Amino acid sequence: MRNDMLELKNVSFQVAEDRGDKEIIRGVSLAVPESKLVVITGPNGGGKSTLARLIAGIEKPTEGRILFQGEDITEKSITDRARLGIAYAFQQPVRFKGIKVLDLIRIAAGKHLAAAGACEYLSAVGLCARDYIDREVNASLSGGELKRIEIATVLARGAALSVFDEPEAGIDLWSFQNLIEVFENMRRTIQNSSILIISHQERILNIADEIVVLKDGRVEKQGPRDKILPQLMGTASAVSECHMISGKGGAQA
Amino acid sequence: MKLDEIQKRLLREIADLHAVPEGAYNIRSNSQMAGRRSTANIEITSKTDVSGMDIRIAPFTKNESVHIPVVLTQTGLKEVVYNDFFVGEGADVLIVAGCGIDNCGNQDAEHDGVHRFYVGKNAHVKYVEKHYGSGEGAGKRILNPGTEVYQDEGSTVEMEMVQIKGVDDTVRTTTAELKAGAKLLVRERLMTHGEQRAISTYVVELNGAGATADVVSRSVARDSSYQKFDAKIVGNAPCSGHTECDSIIMDNGRILAVPGLEANDLDAALVHEAAIGKIAGEQLTKLMTLGLTEAEAEEQIINGFLQ
Repeated sequence: MRNDMLELKNVSFQVAEDRGDKEIIRGVSLAVPESKLVVITGPNGGGKSTLARLIAGIEKPTEGRILFQGEDITEKSITDRARLGIAYAFQQPVRFKGIKVLDLIRIAAGKHLAAAGACEYLSAVGLCARDYIDREVNASLSGGELKRIEIATVLARGAALSVFDEPEAGIDLWSFQNLIEVFENMRRTIQNSSILIISHQERILNIADEIVVLKDGRVEKQGPRDKILPQLMGTASAVSECHMISGKGGAQA
Repeated sequence: MKLDEIQKRLLREIADLHAVPEGAYNIRSNSQMAGRRSTANIEITSKTDVSGMDIRIAPFTKNESVHIPVVLTQTGLKEVVYNDFFVGEGADVLIVAGCGIDNCGNQDAEHDGVHRFYVGKNAHVKYVEKHYGSGEGAGKRILNPGTEVYQDEGSTVEMEMVQIKGVDDTVRTTTAELKAGAKLLVRERLMTHGEQRAISTYVVELNGAGATADVVSRSVARDSSYQKFDAKIVGNAPCSGHTECDSIIMDNGRILAVPGLEANDLDAALVHEAAIGKIAGEQLTKLMTLGLTEAEAEEQIINGFLQ
């Protein structure tokens, strides 16, 4: 029998809108097994980011249960979930006036980390640590820099489950190669932990153990990479392109 | 004169002083002189007409410091003090001022300090002023600092003004007049609590070609406190000036930011920025995903913001 790190049981999420309630997640059930890397993909607007926010506790499901290491965490706060071992990388990293990169990594590590220790996490995401450690996490950093710092904070957490919401968004091509290496490294040392990545990128899908396709708030397909990936090639990416051209969906997908 | 534990604690808060400072100093405690030292290059003398001191810094004095902290621990004490700094040409000095009031009584304790800086050609002054209040008494802790700065050509003044805790009422007035090539940098950090009120007014006149001023305030208004930041830069020559008020409001805190720019020269480039708002929800969320509680996250954000 396999052990699941995370399990979603029939999870639904509705938001109130002017024209009545809108269902963003519709009865999703899925599992992230221990020591596995799972990628959730699918067209923009399909509910992927919402699902990540539900796992982190930023949103609460209107129906269904969320289990982490067998424990029901549906009613637990963001803080409680973080302390239990869930780390979450924002798609659009937050800026802070006055908080330095070193401060943020120390908070993430949950202990007083020597500057050298913090530098390792920055180096791992391809930032020259010395140039960044004393920088403020503010608007002076570019989108790509912020994104890599965001990923470094998740690495520093050393959590049992790390959730990344579109880590490739806002990262240039040069950095992307580096990002893939970060995930490949995480994949190699995954023992006793799990990784959940929301992504459109074929190269990230390529390192997945399992792939979940989410469309219109429902799980359309899920299974081992070898089975799902061949079905996706030339379809999922085309679908999301169409959405982008027609103006539907967006960065919050 | 000996300092008691409360006075020593106040000195630590406002001047990071744990012992007698290096260099020149004057410690004023409850309107009395508690210690003074002049050095070969820095002479401190008492004024004869009013309460206060003249501090004369010899031209080309380098890497020396002057500490002039003030502590008040007597309820009902009100004092007005005039300190004049004459900074010689080409000098480079650190001046640390500041006032700590511990008021355990029911009468107001008030220190109104007027500091005037006459800064010589190409001199560089770093001025640090911290204000702090403590004590459980119903009497208010009141500080009204007045700062006047007269900068000669090519001089630089960096001012760091900090008031984080315990001062009930402050009216801060800062004026500066800059000649050609002079530079003024102000960093103000302010936090108010309870029913506290803080008003900070700046009038900076850029009178010579190439003069520059950068006045930046970061503040947090909590509980039912009120702050007013009124910064005016007047450009009377080809010059550049920037003011910024960046504030966080919490609870029922209120802040009024008043931008003021006056350009009297075609080549005066003046900019004002102001932003007031509560802590962004996503900042709290991010720190909570790192394992902090909401209260811990709030504290981190405020501490960082006021750093």
